[in-house]
Amino acid sequence: MKRVIHFTLNGFEVEVETESHKMLLDVLRDKLELTGTKEGCGQGECGACTVLVDGVAVNACLFPAFEAEGRSITTVEGLIGEGAKLHPIQQAFVDAGAVQCGFCMPGMVMSAKALLDENPTPTEEEIRAGISGNLCRCTGYVQIVEAVKLASKYIQEEKRG
Amino acid sequence: MRDLSFVGRPIPRPDAADKVAGKAIYIHDLKRPGMLYGKIKYSEYAHARILHIDTSKAERLLGVRAVITAYNTPEVRFGFIRDNVALKKGKVRQFRDEVAAVAAIDPEIAQEAIDLIRVEYEELPGVFDPEEALKEGAPIIHEMDPRGRPKADNIVPVPWRFVAGDVEEAKRKARYIAEDELQTPPISHACLGTAGCIAEFDLQMNLIIHTKTQIPFLAQNDFNRALAQMGLKGKNTRVIVPTLGGAFGSGLDTHGYEYIAILLAYKTGRPVKIVLSREEEFKTLSPRQPTRTKITQGCDENGRLLFREVRMLLDNGAYTSWGATTPSVMMLPISSIYRVPNVFYETKLVYTNNTYCQAMRGYGNPQAAWAIETNLDHLAEEAGIDPMEFRLINKNIPNDISPMGLHITTCGMEECLKAVKQRLNWDEKRGKQRNKARGVGVACLFHVGGSGRVYRSDGTGVILKIDDFGYVTVVTGAIEMGQGLVGALIVATAEALGVTPDRVMVITGDTATCPWDVGTHASRGAFTACNAAIMAAEKARAKIFEIASEHFLNRVKYRLEQQKKKDPNFEMPDLGIKGQLQPEDFDMRENVLFLKSDPGNKYLRVTLDELVREAHFKEQGTMIVTEAFYDPCNQMIDTRTCRGNLSATYIFGAQGAEVEVDLETGHVKILKYVAAHDVGRVINRHTILGQIYGGAVQGMGYALCEEYKSEKGRMLNPNFLDYKILSANDLNFPMEVKLVETIDEAGPFGAKGVGEPGLVAVAPAIANAIYDATGVRITSLPINPEKLALAIRKKRNSK
Repeated sequence: MKRVIHFTLNGFEVEVETESHKMLLDVLRDKLELTGTKEGCGQGECGACTVLVDGVAVNACLFPAFEAEGRSITTVEGLIGEGAKLHPIQQAFVDAGAVQCGFCMPGMVMSAKALLDENPTPTEEEIRAGISGNLCRCTGYVQIVEAVKLASKYIQEEKRG
Repeated sequence: MRDLSFVGRPIPRPDAADKVAGKAIYIHDLKRPGMLYGKIKYSEYAHARILHIDTSKAERLLGVRAVITAYNTPEVRFGFIRDNVALKKGKVRQFRDEVAAVAAIDPEIAQEAIDLIRVEYEELPGVFDPEEALKEGAPIIHEMDPRGRPKADNIVPVPWRFVAGDVEEAKRKARYIAEDELQTPPISHACLGTAGCIAEFDLQMNLIIHTKTQIPFLAQNDFNRALAQMGLKGKNTRVIVPTLGGAFGSGLDTHGYEYIAILLAYKTGRPVKIVLSREEEFKTLSPRQPTRTKITQGCDENGRLLFREVRMLLDNGAYTSWGATTPSVMMLPISSIYRVPNVFYETKLVYTNNTYCQAMRGYGNPQAAWAIETNLDHLAEEAGIDPMEFRLINKNIPNDISPMGLHITTCGMEECLKAVKQRLNWDEKRGKQRNKARGVGVACLFHVGGSGRVYRSDGTGVILKIDDFGYVTVVTGAIEMGQGLVGALIVATAEALGVTPDRVMVITGDTATCPWDVGTHASRGAFTACNAAIMAAEKARAKIFEIASEHFLNRVKYRLEQQKKKDPNFEMPDLGIKGQLQPEDFDMRENVLFLKSDPGNKYLRVTLDELVREAHFKEQGTMIVTEAFYDPCNQMIDTRTCRGNLSATYIFGAQGAEVEVDLETGHVKILKYVAAHDVGRVINRHTILGQIYGGAVQGMGYALCEEYKSEKGRMLNPNFLDYKILSANDLNFPMEVKLVETIDEAGPFGAKGVGEPGLVAVAPAIANAIYDATGVRITSLPINPEKLALAIRKKRNSK
């Protein structure tokens, strides 16, 4: 079954025709050509496709496209500011040396965003729990955990001005 | 050596921003105009005759553009000994055998067409155990060898045998001897980004293929051979490598799906993309070789090693990849870790109807280290010597030649062992915490650190170009697969040339534009590419200084005159220069040229961009482009004697763990992990730490949970729920890295390779700690809770 759905994507209204069996990930990548969100498994096990739906981190590969109707979706592309300025979380990942092959990174950054939005100063244990749904085969997570700590610091500093 | 400005600092890698922003382009993200989607029909049996393939329904499906089988395409033979073909005819030998393929206008239609293909088989008895496969009367997997001669056994014709000294004599002399049988399972590379390619032909019938590979130039050779088999002899391939979502050795061979994409692109005249799903990635890519090892080591009354005897059986699976050469790297630690005069090593590779195997990070070394380091602890116990002390007694030392002919130059093994000892609080903890089911363990590693001559050439080419604005482009055939090559190359180039890292850009991954490189393997990427870049930078400096001898003073004078025009009171300085300046008078650092004799003079300075423009932007100008081809001073192993100095330098390390075991459930909790590595020199601190942490955590998976499970050749756990790789939640303990700098003459600024060693020693280090905690020695990986709990119960009941 085909249907036109409407939702807010990274702050802009979009409308797109899709089918009932398609997932949000298919719509983002194939229809809207936002390929920043990655498909690592297609089964909700690796977290590479993590996006925010109304601020909540979800696996876009398991989120039915029709369910996006009327929601607000944020993808990794939505974090980039004017002049390609990285979001403090993204900057922290760069500065902490947390990036290797990078395939898990968009999902990892979005999970970190969901975590820090809810808990701006997480403990190390809370960070580990917050990104436990995001698999990374390269880094061993050590520098990723450091990056989330650094991101928390950057965001606090930004708030203080 | 002069002071270093950038080497060793934690400089953010240049590809990081694109990757965190979702802008890096992986094969999954790439589209070509008119592109079709390919899908593969795999075998339904581990061993069967193909009686008939009916593709008629698939061909009639709307949107399908081609359906191919071995019966309507030319035979494309490939693999290390050419025992594999892209599409199977007559017989299938493993579940992942490709029997048909489809190209369609979208992936869903392609999958539907695959499901419509009917294949009739006659099932044959299979063999799934390498020992069974060696027995008389076992089903023969290849009735013909690749040259079409009859074959009567399942032995892969790639034997490995190394003998030094007299092991039998040494056995008689040895005071203590320990013997073990140890096993490792197949494990998956499990890259987060699955494999894939897009193949297309231009109108001259040359192939362009975007593909996930670590060996673009060897792949070019493989694909050109395929073109010749397709009747396109003399046609060329351009291999373009997109951003790689991890590789870990999975890209060291060309794969069936790549040849199938090529055949489909040829048939349809359109670009064809094949990207593997996660399930396909698990089921149809090759895992690390599983091993069965019989090992015996012996020492004298003082704990000095007298001999090492190793017999290995490798389950090759149904076809042969370059993984068949991993025993050449296993031979390194087997012959040379610790000083041991008498060595016997033999490996047999055996065909079975299991999935065929491939090299993975460490290239056989983790399997060898598992056997040696586990058995070594056993021997130390027999001898009544603390295992840390036992290793220190037998440690490798600098400036030594091992029985295999490996020239050990620098060697930080002792320092690494001492670092682990101190950081684990070894003396207070070893053997003293069994009442709490806690223990500490250690294991060492020995690996190539100066590339490894697996192929006849071990070279890497670099082109270095300086543009009019003082920006430097380094073009190389080496591959960035996430490990940090580009970051290292930028630092090394900036340092060697005398510019700031922000001026350097690296271009890789295109056989049409990049100079040749043998491949990114053997922890060689940064070692060889940085050495090549340093050579190219030296040539560029020579040219820059030559230009400077002609133009430097003109620029200085011009600027002084300009200043005088602006400010009439400006007093022209006496530059104190008599006669013509010579190239050797100059130096350049951080984009600025100056005179060696007067480095602080604020007038005698010209920026690189200013100088290059002066030389270039005029009649009969010149440009600065240099090239270098670095081929390390190492040797290919003589296949007859198995001797040769495989690497220009060697890596050493020691890793240690403190663990706590739940005696009821068998669950192992790591309390602390220490990795001490002789890295030669740190080029980029972030990157090197990332390689060691990442390698160690892969090794922890190998030690404790990872296993490619199969039953009669069929994979049982092709997803991340059932094939467990560690998550951040599992890493809830401190991990400390100690970097030992030995400044090796062969390395770029003294650096050695770092890509693989991180995971080599992990499994035995953890197993040895588990033994200290429980008195139970598990002889097969992974040491999962069921296995350990059972062994603990068994031990308890036997008392």
